[in-house]
Amino acid sequence: MADEAKGGGELSFHPMDQFIVKPLFGDGPVGLFTITNVTLWMALTVLCIIGLFVLGTRSRAIVPSRTQSVAELGYGFIYKMVEDVSGKDGVKYFPYIMTLFLFIVFSNFLGLLPRSFTTTSHIAVTAVMAMGVFLFVTILGFVKHGAGFLSLFWISSAPLALRPILALIEVISYFVRPVSHSIRLAGNMMAGHAVIKVFASFAPLVLISTGVGLVVTPLSILAITAIYALEVLVSFIQAYVFAILTCVYLKDALHPHH
Amino acid sequence: MATETKESFSACVDAGGSALGMPQLCGEWFGNQIVWLVITLVVIYFILSRIALPRIAAVLAERSGTITNDIAAAEDLKQKAVEAEEAYQKALVDARAEANRIVAETKADIQKDLDKAIAEADAEIAARAAEGEKAIAEIREGAKEGAAAVAKDIAKDIVAAVAPGKIDAKSVTAAVTAKMKG
Repeated sequence: MADEAKGGGELSFHPMDQFIVKPLFGDGPVGLFTITNVTLWMALTVLCIIGLFVLGTRSRAIVPSRTQSVAELGYGFIYKMVEDVSGKDGVKYFPYIMTLFLFIVFSNFLGLLPRSFTTTSHIAVTAVMAMGVFLFVTILGFVKHGAGFLSLFWISSAPLALRPILALIEVISYFVRPVSHSIRLAGNMMAGHAVIKVFASFAPLVLISTGVGLVVTPLSILAITAIYALEVLVSFIQAYVFAILTCVYLKDALHPHH
Repeated sequence: MATETKESFSACVDAGGSALGMPQLCGEWFGNQIVWLVITLVVIYFILSRIALPRIAAVLAERSGTITNDIAAAEDLKQKAVEAEEAYQKALVDARAEANRIVAETKADIQKDLDKAIAEADAEIAARAAEGEKAIAEIREGAKEGAAAVAKDIAKDIVAAVAPGKIDAKSVTAAVTAKMKG
């Protein structure tokens, strides 16, 4: 039976193939400016943002249309988050945080389309964003407060004896921030998509081995559906987490004194 | 690796086009992804900061301004309505007082006229009564004289019939007069 199945056709497990970067036109090496599937899906992200935030709001209606409502909702959501977490003086960095949030949330949702490419599942992409945030807030902290920014690591409310140890821990955690910030997003996106793909690979089992397949195929389709629903949640939550952590880091840079 | 087949240009992909290991860790794709990411983020940033966000901020500000103005206008109109009601109530009270005053005045006038008319009527009644009394007195006087004359004549006739020639007419008349007075 197993041999027959092997002869008739094997289940193919290639859950990581969806993350391959390849040129969009023809075959060839991937150079710096080669137009790849990365380019395509990032461009689609930009088009979605234009569609929602530029075309959707072009009537500038006092009583908004549905699309304009959604755009305003997104605006209000992130604006309030920046204001609440970073404080009033953080509001001027709102466009940067909005840019990051919208890019991530649209990339995540576009990545959920079947046969799509998820740009945010690549550590190269999330690490650049996380390093960008890290460098930005660190430089901003030193520009705003000079050496006073270092008081972020010197916890004056703790007993004096503990302060050097706490300072060491604070410094380590500060430099781990960009790592956790980027891996959290990329890891979540990659894992979810890979799991869906693994279940999808089990789905055609009924064509190969009818007996076992009758049980496995419905189960795997059910599992795909469930994981997909979870991924819809994760897509939004990870974008939100990335944005709110950026706000927290920004707050540390603006108000380093505990 | 690249020499393995003519299709595979990458060290991270096998001859069949499947991934070798994690594509996320394939260093030769990093540059391309970073370039396009930076371009994408810059484009999104300019779209948002130049067009979308100012527009939405303006719409939200305009909306909250409109709402504030409308609420203020509603407050104003409500105040006016309250004032109008107060003025109406005041006018009502004034009108009622005026009406009461007119009623009292009219009542007083009527009372005066009535008193005057009653007084006139009383006077006339008194005059008429006096006239009537006078007429009654005259009639009574007349009747007395008539009765005296008749009584004297009858008395003379009776005396003449009873005792002719013995008593003269004068003494009879005097007797009758004395009798009538007494």
